[in-house]
Amino acid sequence: MELTPDDSIAFVIGGIAVNSTIFNTWLIMALLTGVSVLITRNLRPDVPPNRWRTTLEVIVNGIQGQIFEITQRRDQRLLYFTGTLFLFIVTSNLLTVVPGFDPPTASLSTTTALALSVLVAVPLFGIGSRGLRGYLRTYLEPSVFMLPFNIISEFSRGVSLAIRLYGNIMSGAVIAAILLGVAPFFFPVVMDMLGLLTGIIQAYIFAILATVYISSATASPPLPDSKQTAKDQT
Amino acid sequence: MTDLSIIAVISIFTAGLTVSFGALGPALGEGRAAAAALNAIAQQPDASSTLSRTLFVSLAMIESTAIYCFVVAMILLFANPFWNAAVEAAAQSTGG
Repeated sequence: MELTPDDSIAFVIGGIAVNSTIFNTWLIMALLTGVSVLITRNLRPDVPPNRWRTTLEVIVNGIQGQIFEITQRRDQRLLYFTGTLFLFIVTSNLLTVVPGFDPPTASLSTTTALALSVLVAVPLFGIGSRGLRGYLRTYLEPSVFMLPFNIISEFSRGVSLAIRLYGNIMSGAVIAAILLGVAPFFFPVVMDMLGLLTGIIQAYIFAILATVYISSATASPPLPDSKQTAKDQT
Repeated sequence: MTDLSIIAVISIFTAGLTVSFGALGPALGEGRAAAAALNAIAQQPDASSTLSRTLFVSLAMIESTAIYCFVVAMILLFANPFWNAAVEAAAQSTGG
């Protein structure tokens, strides 16, 4: 049994074996980019919106609304970052239904890379909104003695983000494979449907947690101020 | 018993133990969380969207402990480093 798609070779090009994790990651990236480019190609005021463009707008507006509910701010950079994470993970998890497609999120390498990008993004967003000194001071809250624990929690967040996504997606594949040996006709289908549901929820949770981490690092304005700006913007 | 069979017995036993205890705690915790969320939704149906979002996120956080146990069990069963080392050592001793 394979615990990771890292070991299966998709094809060999120029003596370099490309494993299916890399191949499927690029496939998903090409799919997302290609579909978006195709839909937004005729983005002019005089062209009436068709159903594809409306679909895309519904998705982007939904992500924007969720982010606004959590952070109470209109931050476009946060939308770009966590929205991209969500779309990539959800596409990867949903394409599990295609036979022969190993989702790249079932590999610990992919999920570690995604969690690392969140770990790097949190200080970047924090420094961008509070300045270097202001961000570093958050490590000393509520007192100096909490410094090591704050640093530890930063890393344990990354580890738990990576292992949670990897474990959930990998467990779906493993359980389906085990049930295929035990009760091959009906039961694996049910578990696959459960796996699809888990995949969507896990993508949602990954994006939500990234948003929460980033917004907790950037939440500098005091409460009445933030309420005021939220009212102004809505 | 040989070294290999001792490693296999302990790995399989520990994998079962890991999954059983790893499923026990999160199941109790998730049940409490879901019951509390249902109570809250019954009292305030207006806030159900916020409640269910928070419930999903917290359920996933609770469930991740069970997932860690599952990953550990899978590593013990299918990617056990001690098993591989013992097999390599056995192959070397018979080959050399």
